[in-house]
Amino acid sequence: MAKKSEVKLLGAWPSPFVLRARIALNIKSVDYEFLEENFQPKSQLLVQSNPVYKKIPVLIHQDKPICESLIIVQYVDDVWSSDGPSILPADPYDRAVARFWATYVDDKLFPAMKSIAGAKGEEERKRLIKEVEEGLALLEDAFNKITTKGNNNYLFFGGDQIGYLDIAFGSLLGWLRVTEISNGVKLFDQVKTPGLVNWAESFSSHGAVKDVMPQTHNLLEFAKTLMTKMAHTN
Amino acid sequence: MGSKDVKLVSFWVSPFGKRVEWALKLKGVEYEYIEEDIYNKSNLLLELNPVHKKVPVLVHGNKVISESFVILEYIDETWKQHPLLPQDPYQRAHARFWANFAEHKLLYAAFIAMVASRDDTEKALNVARESVEKIEQEIKGKKFFGGDNIGYLDIALGWISYWIPVYEEVGSMQILDPLRFPAINTWMNNFLNHPVIKDRLPHRDDMVVYFRDRKKIVSPAYHGLMKYL
Repeated sequence: MAKKSEVKLLGAWPSPFVLRARIALNIKSVDYEFLEENFQPKSQLLVQSNPVYKKIPVLIHQDKPICESLIIVQYVDDVWSSDGPSILPADPYDRAVARFWATYVDDKLFPAMKSIAGAKGEEERKRLIKEVEEGLALLEDAFNKITTKGNNNYLFFGGDQIGYLDIAFGSLLGWLRVTEISNGVKLFDQVKTPGLVNWAESFSSHGAVKDVMPQTHNLLEFAKTLMTKMAHTN
Repeated sequence: MGSKDVKLVSFWVSPFGKRVEWALKLKGVEYEYIEEDIYNKSNLLLELNPVHKKVPVLVHGNKVISESFVILEYIDETWKQHPLLPQDPYQRAHARFWANFAEHKLLYAAFIAMVASRDDTEKALNVARESVEKIEQEIKGKKFFGGDNIGYLDIALGWISYWIPVYEEVGSMQILDPLRFPAINTWMNNFLNHPVIKDRLPHRDDMVVYFRDRKKIVSPAYHGLMKYL
């Protein structure tokens, strides 16, 4: 087991990407030091350990930095392979499916969701919300296919335990809820996305998640502060 | 298993498809190549990749995999000969990081520099050159990113050696200055001369014609896209 000082995570509590790293470390029961980055200004450690992007999360293990949230998750799975359940599935095809949808979340779903707040005009806002809804419909479909494979009825994308895709997608739940509240829409509901509604509850209450997942009301406050700051700098 | 078991749907000039071919060839995996006209998408493609409707798509038996980096990892995990990713977890993370970096920064910037108008071109060129500078540091002192042999990162970045010179010609610009980036230029030579790589490149003249046409068609749409970089 690594000594606590051997593993550090540079992050910030509202970040869904940092949440991914924290969940992965929790699954493997890794003791780590969490260093909250407040960006005013960016710390020396952040700039030194992630010179290319200067972004969080950064995992520092035995003084070596690992950047990019999904790369960190895979690294944690590789290093602590004999501790706790596997994060990535065993079968190469199942791994490919998990990676495909995780890439979809990062390349399509998250950017669409993020853009809603800065949408210029009602039409663009509606278009982006529709894009997110379509993305969630695809993920609902993927969830059904994956969790009912081989006559099973798994709780998570990863099976009985949360896995790579649960982490990649589940880390966005808080911000998706903020999006719902801020825009007065229901992105998840029992009619359109029943599978995901149940999954979201199971995920959020999972042992590796519940203590590190930010509360929605805190994220809402944070979002409001951010919007105010942005309004003043523009 | 014979070649019918593995099929690759791709487009002749796609760098994403080409990297999958390189991986299959390096591992000696037989496959059937299916050319797709991406401007006139077939029902096959729409069935195989309904989410993105893009190439490349790998079909292995009854399994369908899309997204080139996802395909590369699938290939590496399914056929164990000539491993692409290193064994060490930190080296693996390193390879994945730089593959993503080149994709999101250099590829995008280089394409924009080629097709965009004056103002956007300057900015795009700066981003492209800064990206190359970073990659130069990673290849210094090594024959390949994978060490003595071609590995995951060589395949992921291989497009640089052949597509960027074409972009440079079509865009009348220079990104890979050999004086400023000697290590990358040496790597490009080593890569392009590798037996598995050199026979499977699209004809350069055809590529120039293709990208000249693309530039004419897409130029107007690229105004003001630099803010996304």
